[in-house]
Amino acid sequence: MIRVALPFHLRNLAHVDSEVTLEVAAPITQRAVLDALESCYPMLRGAIRDHDTKQRRPFLRFFACEEDLSHESPDAPLPADVASGREPFMVIGAIAGG
Amino acid sequence: MSNVRVLVGTRKGAFILSADGKREKWDVSGPHFAGWEMYHLKGSAVDPNRIYASQTSGWFGQIIQRSDDGGKTWHQPGTPPGEPTTTPDGTPKGESNKFAYDAAAKPLTTHQWYDGTQHPWEFKRVWHLEPSLTDGDTVYAGVEDAAIFRSTDGGQNWKELSGLRGHGTGPNWQPGAGGMCLHTIILDPSNPKRIWIAISAAGAFRTDDGGETWKPINRGLKSQYIPDPNAEVGHCVHHVAMNPSRPGVLFMQKHWDVMRSDDAGDNWREVSGNLPTDFGFVIDVHAHEPETIYVLPIKSDSEHFVHEGKLRVFRSKTGGNEWEALTKGLPQKDCYVNVLRDAMAVDTLEKCGVYFGTTGGQVYCSNDAGDSWNAIVRDLPAVLSVEVQTLA
Repeated sequence: MIRVALPFHLRNLAHVDSEVTLEVAAPITQRAVLDALESCYPMLRGAIRDHDTKQRRPFLRFFACEEDLSHESPDAPLPADVASGREPFMVIGAIAGG
Repeated sequence: MSNVRVLVGTRKGAFILSADGKREKWDVSGPHFAGWEMYHLKGSAVDPNRIYASQTSGWFGQIIQRSDDGGKTWHQPGTPPGEPTTTPDGTPKGESNKFAYDAAAKPLTTHQWYDGTQHPWEFKRVWHLEPSLTDGDTVYAGVEDAAIFRSTDGGQNWKELSGLRGHGTGPNWQPGAGGMCLHTIILDPSNPKRIWIAISAAGAFRTDDGGETWKPINRGLKSQYIPDPNAEVGHCVHHVAMNPSRPGVLFMQKHWDVMRSDDAGDNWREVSGNLPTDFGFVIDVHAHEPETIYVLPIKSDSEHFVHEGKLRVFRSKTGGNEWEALTKGLPQKDCYVNVLRDAMAVDTLEKCGVYFGTTGGQVYCSNDAGDSWNAIVRDLPAVLSVEVQTLA
């Protein structure tokens, strides 16, 4: 199972209290995880990635295993600890604004 | 006795203020969607318990929310969790926050940018939601970058009425300081095919065929801040209001100038008269006296606060030109708030109630058509929009 940690406002939209867990078929990539996330929680579509281009929204970042993966290819394999469920894939809201 | 429900959108959430017909004691509910910019909430005239809301964020984009119980509970009207997100043939089901410009229509690809170059249309947010007068599932959305969308399934799916952007003047539209937003949608109760809209900074437009074709209706507007002050488009219209009992008589607060039209927008004339300043954002019409109108003058377009530190609503009982200051109950010194374009509304009780919200977080109510005012709340986040429902 893949663990995904969402920021406060996205947890509210998805009606979840904490991390979500997802069944994701290998290979485990950003795209595969986000596709699975949006399939289970369709209210998050458009809130993390653009509906059509699938580009990450500018004020969001993707972290895992103490690395910033935001600029990695969406089709690159995620770290083994994410794929095994030991570490979460984290969607982070940038610290900006008031 | 009738009740009123005031729907308030703020920079950091939505609030619902409720009272009986006396409009003296208020219940305050909220914040709903705490931390989000709530650009606009509006109830359906067909089913008052159905309320549509525009929830936006620089981080997470646009969300559409809907309540079917008068604002007690809310949901996104797209596909619920756990249900398939596509139909058996693979077509995506409802995605209530998806506003995709119609790429098939021409010439829709660009508008004028601040530096005069052409710039592609980019969806940013929904400024205004206007529920149909006859069908609870139909609702219109005015968006930035300027376009109008319609949903006929309660907000699940949205389709652009692309004839507006495509009628020909689109490449000459340009954003104002607040962005290029379609902020006003007025439906004609006597003619379901007629809709008026307004855009900053393009002007006012009208369709007479249900949104298929549109034409600019800006004759008579004069704007010194554009190269041709009498241009067909490019005018920064801030808001337009109409009394439903007299369709076609329109009142406009432009960037500068208060205007009126008696022929559905074909021609406009200035009615600023003795206002201390004719810059402002809001304008509205008394529910029962169609020649009684309200504005709230703002000192200037560089200062964006009220004139002389006094919060004054100005009322004309003559359809413009002759204005009186309404001050009872409003601060008359050291006040430097703004009142944004969608932040004034009127109820339809026998003694017409008038409401407005400020960037300082106050929402004021007059239960006597403006003669006197009371603050319902004083310390909300900056108010973006105010609507009121009169409930049986």
